[in-house]
Amino acid sequence: MSTRTFKIFRGDKEGGKDVDYNVEVEEGMVVLDAVHQIQRTQAGDLACRWNCKAAKCGSCSAEVNGKPRLMCKTRLDDFPEGETISVHPIKAFPIIRDLVTDVSWNYEVNKKIPPFTPRKDANWVMYQEDMDRVQEFRKCIECFLCQDVCHVLRNHDKKDQFYGPRFMVRVASLEMHPLDGLDRTKLLKNEGGIGLCNITKCCTEVCPEDIHITDNAIIPLKERVVDQFYDPVQMIWRALTGGNDGNKNPGLQQKD
Amino acid sequence: MSDDVKYQTLEHDVIVIGAGGAGLRAAIECSARGLKTALICKSLLGKAHTVMAEGGIAAALANVDAQDSWQTHFQDTLFGGKYLNNWRMAELHAKEAPERVKELERWGAVFDRTPDGKILQRAFGGHTYKRLAHVGDRTGLELIRTLQDKGIHQGIDVYMECTVTRLLKDGDRVCGAFGYWRETGRFVVFKARSIILATGGIGKAYKITSNSWEYTGDGQALGYEAGAELVDMEFVQFHPTGMVWPPGVMGLLVTEAVRGEGGILTNSKGERFMEKYDPKRMELSTRDVVARAIYTEVKEGRGSPHGGCFLDISHRGAEYVKKKLPSMYHQFKELADVDITTGPMEVGPTCHYTMGGIKVDADTAASRVPGLFAAGECSGGMNGANRLGGNSLSDLLVFGNRAGAGAADHAKKAPAPKMDEAQVNDAAKEMTGYFERPNAENPYQLHMDLQNTMHALVGIFREEKELSAAIGKLEDIKRRAKNVGIAEGNRMYNPGWHLCRDLHNMIVCAEAVTRAALMRKESRGGHSRIDFPKYDDHWGTHNIVIQKQGEAMKLAPCPVVQIPELKPLVDDKKAKEAK
Ligand code: SF4
Ligand code: SF4
Ligand code: FES
Repeated sequence: MSTRTFKIFRGDKEGGKDVDYNVEVEEGMVVLDAVHQIQRTQAGDLACRWNCKAAKCGSCSAEVNGKPRLMCKTRLDDFPEGETISVHPIKAFPIIRDLVTDVSWNYEVNKKIPPFTPRKDANWVMYQEDMDRVQEFRKCIECFLCQDVCHVLRNHDKKDQFYGPRFMVRVASLEMHPLDGLDRTKLLKNEGGIGLCNITKCCTEVCPEDIHITDNAIIPLKERVVDQFYDPVQMIWRALTGGNDGNKNPGLQQKD
Repeated sequence: MSDDVKYQTLEHDVIVIGAGGAGLRAAIECSARGLKTALICKSLLGKAHTVMAEGGIAAALANVDAQDSWQTHFQDTLFGGKYLNNWRMAELHAKEAPERVKELERWGAVFDRTPDGKILQRAFGGHTYKRLAHVGDRTGLELIRTLQDKGIHQGIDVYMECTVTRLLKDGDRVCGAFGYWRETGRFVVFKARSIILATGGIGKAYKITSNSWEYTGDGQALGYEAGAELVDMEFVQFHPTGMVWPPGVMGLLVTEAVRGEGGILTNSKGERFMEKYDPKRMELSTRDVVARAIYTEVKEGRGSPHGGCFLDISHRGAEYVKKKLPSMYHQFKELADVDITTGPMEVGPTCHYTMGGIKVDADTAASRVPGLFAAGECSGGMNGANRLGGNSLSDLLVFGNRAGAGAADHAKKAPAPKMDEAQVNDAAKEMTGYFERPNAENPYQLHMDLQNTMHALVGIFREEKELSAAIGKLEDIKRRAKNVGIAEGNRMYNPGWHLCRDLHNMIVCAEAVTRAALMRKESRGGHSRIDFPKYDDHWGTHNIVIQKQGEAMKLAPCPVVQIPELKPLVDDKKAKEAK
């Protein structure tokens, strides 16, 4: 058994500072174990979120040595022996206390996305090939690490203009569901702000569920937006027929 | 009123405490029936323990095995529960589970498919046919996300990171709940005509558990203290396969789907030991049997290096394993450096589920306290002495739905609740008291002592001597709990403060488990007595029911709720199993 030093942010929206804690380290330990040990033995009030300890619930997101990670999945032996490990709250969201941030904005965004709405003729026969694509998106554990790294949200704080990668994944799971009957393309283009994504792929890199956020969700969705709004043939067609724009409910048109 | 005991008041027709599968499903039903519904959760929405359920939802859809029927599912459930189940609950569960699964699909759930495009079903311990609708090994996540997305678009008021510490009463009936916001530590009172408890299990009272911090027996304790009865509390399910290494993840669940997909258990001598314990069902025997088998192998010196046994699925081939058990593959790869596609994993029993809980009416989920309902793991009766894998997710859906309907009907008829200020003040003082104790008992230390006691003395195998010792230790822990407190921090997001109150609930549940275990002088399902290793005929037809009498716990045996029309089915199963 050896000891290791952790630099953990302690504070709230009024401010705070990094505090050093020495932790007895066992084989196979993860960062969340260290945080729990500190709670038990040195700082009973150290605030952090966790539930599953198995990378399945997405509660324990934090920035470990500056990198957005799940604390329960980040092993101490991934870091050189003796190196101090810093643990900070995720930066894209307002801090509540210590490692806990206010992620409620994400829940508000989700409410704006029209839910799964089956086609009227749905017969509920679906094949695995079609499911595979959707199931990839449904693996999302809502850790919001992708939201945390996306520069549109993190550096430019455009939360009023862009839903962020997590909700591109959510929309993709609905749009690519073989039996869904809504078209959310207009929503993506307008309120969703898909145009603000410039495909840097940072979100894909941090996703603990290995969802190919950019390649499989955002790029195909962008293509749909282009097809629908910028394709000259389609635009003429819409002008002639009155198209989708007659619908007073943006993004809620029925698919053909 | 002094500043520190100030509170806000929120009014609803129905409040649901707990936002796992049962709570969410109940809230959806209430709001669909036009009631103003609140859903209160200790964590963020979508993080409840339901996400950890991996294997699937048991429902006799008969998509893969056409012979399956509700009758067989009912029989399997009763056999698994060693005939102590509430028959009516098991009947409703078996009959309604298929509709609840199909409804999930209509709400957007994306299950794995059969070649002809139907919902795929897999084999699981104790189920006669391939019965579990699933999504790889993350079925619980699919269930909770589907319900969450349905619920938020239906006008349910969701209150996240809020802990309820007391139920408030107006005479006999419940009229509201008192709690605090984790973020600010401020107090809140929810007024309501009906309350549904859906808070899950009590796993955190044990040292090695698959449960997260939330599972501190809140619903069981809140209900008990409000006058509801508890039933079957002695039956604690140790899931046979939890991780045993590394120490930080000890107890973490390894899904039964590994065995469902063909996983083989061996001891250090390479023997496939289930041959000795249940040659007919082997690895797919019921959970109580497999857990005891592994425990015995280890105790008799045939364990694996870290004190478990080996579970091997690698013979199914890397591609198949990664496709069917992706999160297990990652879990072992990342946390234990083990590649389960090429070699075995080490596993051992972990405290997973409590069969017992609040005694409810099968049809409405009502407890005996007017206005108080319970569903999911914190209720009792459905699973008898042992729960079959896959019957939990279906239980959540079936009885979540029924609790929602029951609570809604009650709320429509009940008069407006009257609040009693004195109860609220008392509840507030309890919470502020934890900061006012000089030389307070450390909640983390006391928690560990409780866990060690339960683990060592009220674990998989029990005996009179140890159970009596546990009662003595629990008395001591209760006494120390009166002086538990925290000096650090303030009321803002302070986990030490939260634990002070959670401990109270865990202790109530621990005592109920221990006292019931002491009373049941036989071995059955999730309760094994070394001193009474056999089934007993009297106990085979009786549940133990617990109620609060003054400050004491009163226990009484109570005949199992049977239904004459279902008796032929039960007799038929008993005859088959006797062969
Ligand atoms: S690819 Fe798009 S969504 Fe992802 S991080 Fe970059 S800008 Fe953000
Ligand atoms: S898409 Fe990946 S990174 Fe983003 S919230 Fe979901 S799981 Fe986390
Ligand atoms: S605790 Fe659930 S993802 Fe880390």
